[in-house]
Amino acid sequence: MAHHREGRSHGHHNNSSAHALAQGLGWFSIALGAIEVFGGRSVARWLGMEQHETLIRAYGVREIVKGVGILTSKDPTPWVWGRVAGDALDLATLGKGLSDPRAHRDNVMIAMGAVAGATALDIYCANALTGESDRSNREQRWDYSDRSGLPRSPNEMRGAARDFEMPRDMRIPDALRPWTQPQAPGTPQPSM
Amino acid sequence: MKALRWHGKGDIRCDTVPDPQIEQPRDAIIKVTSCAICGSDLHLYDHFMPGMKKGDIMGHEFMGEVVEVGQEAKSKLKVGDRVVIPFTIICGECDQCKRGNFSVCERTNRNAELAATAFGHTTAGLFGYTHLTGGYPGGQAEYVRVPFADTTHIKVPNGLTDEQVLFLGDIFPTGWQAAVQCDIQPTDTVAIWGAGPVGQMAIRSAILLGAKQVIAIDRLPERLSMAKAGGAITINFDEESVIERLNQLTQGKGPEKCIDAVGMESHVSLRQPDTIYDRAKQAVMLESDRPHVLREMIYVCRPAGVISVPGVYGGLVDKLPFGAVMNKGLTIRTGQTHVNRWSDDLLRRIEEGQIDPSFVITHTVGLEQGPEMYEIFRDKKDGCIKVVLKTS
Repeated sequence: MAHHREGRSHGHHNNSSAHALAQGLGWFSIALGAIEVFGGRSVARWLGMEQHETLIRAYGVREIVKGVGILTSKDPTPWVWGRVAGDALDLATLGKGLSDPRAHRDNVMIAMGAVAGATALDIYCANALTGESDRSNREQRWDYSDRSGLPRSPNEMRGAARDFEMPRDMRIPDALRPWTQPQAPGTPQPSM
Repeated sequence: MKALRWHGKGDIRCDTVPDPQIEQPRDAIIKVTSCAICGSDLHLYDHFMPGMKKGDIMGHEFMGEVVEVGQEAKSKLKVGDRVVIPFTIICGECDQCKRGNFSVCERTNRNAELAATAFGHTTAGLFGYTHLTGGYPGGQAEYVRVPFADTTHIKVPNGLTDEQVLFLGDIFPTGWQAAVQCDIQPTDTVAIWGAGPVGQMAIRSAILLGAKQVIAIDRLPERLSMAKAGGAITINFDEESVIERLNQLTQGKGPEKCIDAVGMESHVSLRQPDTIYDRAKQAVMLESDRPHVLREMIYVCRPAGVISVPGVYGGLVDKLPFGAVMNKGLTIRTGQTHVNRWSDDLLRRIEEGQIDPSFVITHTVGLEQGPEMYEIFRDKKDGCIKVVLKTS
């Protein structure tokens, strides 16, 4: 590679624990999805939400798709963020069940606790995946403090383009810049 | 010829494709000598912008030599001319072009109806930037057909290197317009979110236009080091509160002028819970853009201040505090860059040595290495801030 680069670098480290966690979440997704798809009726009965059996099966399909996505994609980050969004849907559905007199309130609370725990893990994993490349980059520090692009120090160059003629359509109305435009005598004052 | 083509999310390939031909009398064919990967190309790479098709040629920041000229462009261009091509294709004749609003040229988007459906009205045709903006083949290639070439070009003298003038086609005028939109006064504090290539150009532009204080906000040390070199005070948002630090630097009043050089893919972090909300909504297609920077700017900007948005947004954002915009009396200025409005003035400033935009280049490779450079640039590896691709 004809690679031109003029920064200074120090150290390098790659962290893949977030990817390992994502793999675990992928398998968890598939297992949970399979339970919801094939045991949708049992899950619905246990929650006392029999009327939502079809929805639970649909959520199961969603879980399986996400699990496969996490396990097969090169970058699982968006799939794990998708799990976070799915957790929010699960919580919203269960929350609705709490106000349903037919639901088994204690079981719904248990399910909500489990989903909240999974949500925390999903957010942690998604955030870690998002930041993984950043961390390794941060540890490999590049210093461009010699690249100003200006012929003299920024302080000396400050205002060097004041000859620029500001186009009328980009000027801020005088009334909107009281901190820079001292009021001239006789200037109308805003009324309330 | 060789060209970098989009094949899907995260999939850019260097392919062999047919050479472009003159199709219209105002066309010209350019032999590309240098081109760059722009931050906004990453929105296509990550497939956050709709309207790409498999096989589209990427790239809207390029320059080269004229090798063929259509009949109606011959009065303005000749074979051998050295030109930078603005990323906005302009007719020079419509109402908007006559007003200098080149990025909303009414005639160059050949998919104008598509753009009007999405945005209400058409915008200018752009090179290599989705079929919403015309589906024109881009400049990350050995040759490019330039439509409306008699008006869509910036002639550059031979005494300047490609690296000095290449960015006249996009990031330099984009950073400049971002600062100009702020109507900077000598007492102003200008806060700039994002110290990528456009942010770096905006920092230098704000300094040259005379801002009292310029503040750059990012999290990557290499970008912050370059921002500091250009005269900015830096805030690393992974290490400190942006709001608190900005208020501290402005005696609690907030910056008068705020520039969003980040756009639709703002960083997702546990320190900023709204970014998690946005990312989750984006994952299930309930929101297309992540507007954390806009929210933060609106919150911290001084009342009666200006918010300037050169960062690219593509569609819908959620939970934007417009009540704060209204009650604080903020002015919002946005838009793709009217490149040709600024290019003569900026070329003069480069020639006079007031600025050398090549400072931002961190990687120069051959065109065929483009696909791997997309990944390096996207993942911010290897200290990468700006990639230039050479065709020979």
